[in-house]
Amino acid sequence: MSDPLSKTLSEKLTLTPNFEDADAFFAALTQAHTGLTRAESDALNARLIFVLANHIGGSAALNTAIATAKAAHATA
Amino acid sequence: MTKIFESPLYAYHRSPDQDAAVPVRHPVLIIGAGPVGLTTAIDLAQLGVPVVVLDDNDRVVTGSRAICFAKRPLEILDRLGCGQQMVDHGIGWSRGKVFSRDRAIYDFNLTDTPGHKRPAFINLQQYTFERLLVEKIRAMQAEGAPIEIRGCNKVEAIGQHYDHVTIEVDTPEGSYTLEADWLIACDGARSPTRRMLGIAFDGEVFEDNFLIADVVMQANFPTERWFWFDPPFNPGQSALLHKQPENVWRIDLQLGPDIDKEREKRPENVIPRLKAMLGEHVEFKLEWVSIYSFQCCRMERFVHGRTIFAGDAAHQVSPFGARGANSGLQDADNLSWKLHLILTGKAPNSLMESYHTERAEAADENILNSTRATEFITPKSDMSRLLRDAVLDLAADQEFARPLVNSGRLSTPCTYRNSPLISADALAGPALTCPGSPCPDAPLSEGHLLDKLGNRFILLTIDAEAPDAFEECGVRAERLALSVRDDPSLTLKRQYLGDCPAGVYLIRPDQYIAARRDSYDDRHFRAALRRATGKE
Ligand SMILES: Cc1cc2nc3c(=O)[nH]c(=O)nc-3n(C[C@H](O)[C@H](O)[C@H](O)COP(=O)(O)OP(=O)(O)OC[C@H]3O[C@@H](n4cnc5c(N)ncnc54)[C@H](O)[C@@H]3O)c2cc1C
Repeated sequence: MSDPLSKTLSEKLTLTPNFEDADAFFAALTQAHTGLTRAESDALNARLIFVLANHIGGSAALNTAIATAKAAHATA
Repeated sequence: MTKIFESPLYAYHRSPDQDAAVPVRHPVLIIGAGPVGLTTAIDLAQLGVPVVVLDDNDRVVTGSRAICFAKRPLEILDRLGCGQQMVDHGIGWSRGKVFSRDRAIYDFNLTDTPGHKRPAFINLQQYTFERLLVEKIRAMQAEGAPIEIRGCNKVEAIGQHYDHVTIEVDTPEGSYTLEADWLIACDGARSPTRRMLGIAFDGEVFEDNFLIADVVMQANFPTERWFWFDPPFNPGQSALLHKQPENVWRIDLQLGPDIDKEREKRPENVIPRLKAMLGEHVEFKLEWVSIYSFQCCRMERFVHGRTIFAGDAAHQVSPFGARGANSGLQDADNLSWKLHLILTGKAPNSLMESYHTERAEAADENILNSTRATEFITPKSDMSRLLRDAVLDLAADQEFARPLVNSGRLSTPCTYRNSPLISADALAGPALTCPGSPCPDAPLSEGHLLDKLGNRFILLTIDAEAPDAFEECGVRAERLALSVRDDPSLTLKRQYLGDCPAGVYLIRPDQYIAARRDSYDDRHFRAALRRATGKE
């Protein structure tokens, strides 16, 4: 059986600043879209979401991620 | 090939009931001789409850419907003594391929659970399935079992009373009236019973149409399930190819909404579609073509007074994941022993409420699964299509994305979490066998565990002491004493004990676990048996 404490931790979504290099990530992401059509870009973003979501894995964290993203839009 | 659905299987015969001066009262009448009505009838008759099945027709289902039958229904049929016939007539399969556009993205293998007698699935045509059930009924009749099928008996009207139901039946020789203590409506998705009683059937209706073609060919496609998303031969839609016994192949092509069904069904339009899929050179013969659309709906309540709804009449799902007949058989399994106890005065009528609670939970689970599969296969918006396609593109290269691909989740039995019949867990054992779960099978030195359970309450002891039997309020539980040593493969230990040295299980007649504990305790198990029969 897995340790209940580590399970809660892994299900918790990090919402404090956590990027090793935020500017570099933003640049890399923008760069990845260079030269793509809108449809290709949309598809790339979608694939990226699934790659990242699998890394998180835990349902609670993923649900928090969706809710966090939705909430930011509502107040924009 | 002679089509079995063209010859009568239970031809009309005049019943003495039609000449009775006053309507004859039966303990149980079943409307509908589909898979669910027939199974319920067999189960009840084996428990000694006299039963009459009425069907408006006199033969098996026309054309092609269910083909995949899952492990749990096969286990139920084993309990009824006709699982082996189904397996002998069916074909096993475990491998599949998923295609996206013009490429095969991955293969899968549904490995059977080691130690279980039955495979995850067999493929068998619904008409053969129904024929074998009717043959079982004929064999039971020959031995004097109280079971009868009346063909060309169409139920036309229903009257509900406090302690019985009256029905009006139309036959080729005019109509007659019957009464029943309990009426079981297994009359399919369009249930006339539901309509006559004015009960709603709510849910989601899907607009897509699907072309079903059963073709006979000597092709050397392997016995696998092949599923295509957006293939070149059916752009923007899906396709399925699956093998049935006797060189019959099921082809299922999504056609989209707003089509001319009559036109699409004509062979001159079907054949080019199939050639595009199978290849110009492949020789085949069309056995059956139909077009269906589907809905995911259920009744709010499955029990209305003395009328009980089961199978498609109570709940309907999309075919993805093969949950229709498979869940209907589990309704039969759940309902028969309860009705038997009620009719023999060993349980209160209110026990029937638990049929609704348990099977509605299962129906919700099935509807959830099949709605999700439907959304993946036929995305409803541009964004859901984009996300779906992203999953498919990833799945080709990345194993992690494959669990997201949903071309139908295979049917597994529901664990009842909201049931009033289930006692709190008192064993630190595996979650697989917590109370409310169906018993998983295990190999024993002689035969399999499930074959030893039968259709009565069992007190299963594994390396634990207990009395040989006990009786509580007229219901008996018999001990089945086992030891982990009875199963050298240790499946029994793994599934029922985990790290515990011993365990005692109270198992219901439908092979669901009602209670478990680390040792036998008279008060605990008596209370559990009362609870399992609706008396707590
Ligand atoms: C294309 C397709 C593929 C499918 N594939 C699968 C699959 O692979 N696996 C699976 O498990 N399920 C599958 N299903 C679903 C499955 O066919 C149904 O769930 C199943 O037939 C339901 O059985 P039933 O006994 O509840 O109802 P039905 O089979 O519909 O039987 C109802 C019976 O009631 C009778 N009846 C109706 N009205 C009256 C009346 N007034 N009086 C007397 N009798 C009446 C009818 O004649 C009929 O015999 C599929 C369905 C379709 C359409």
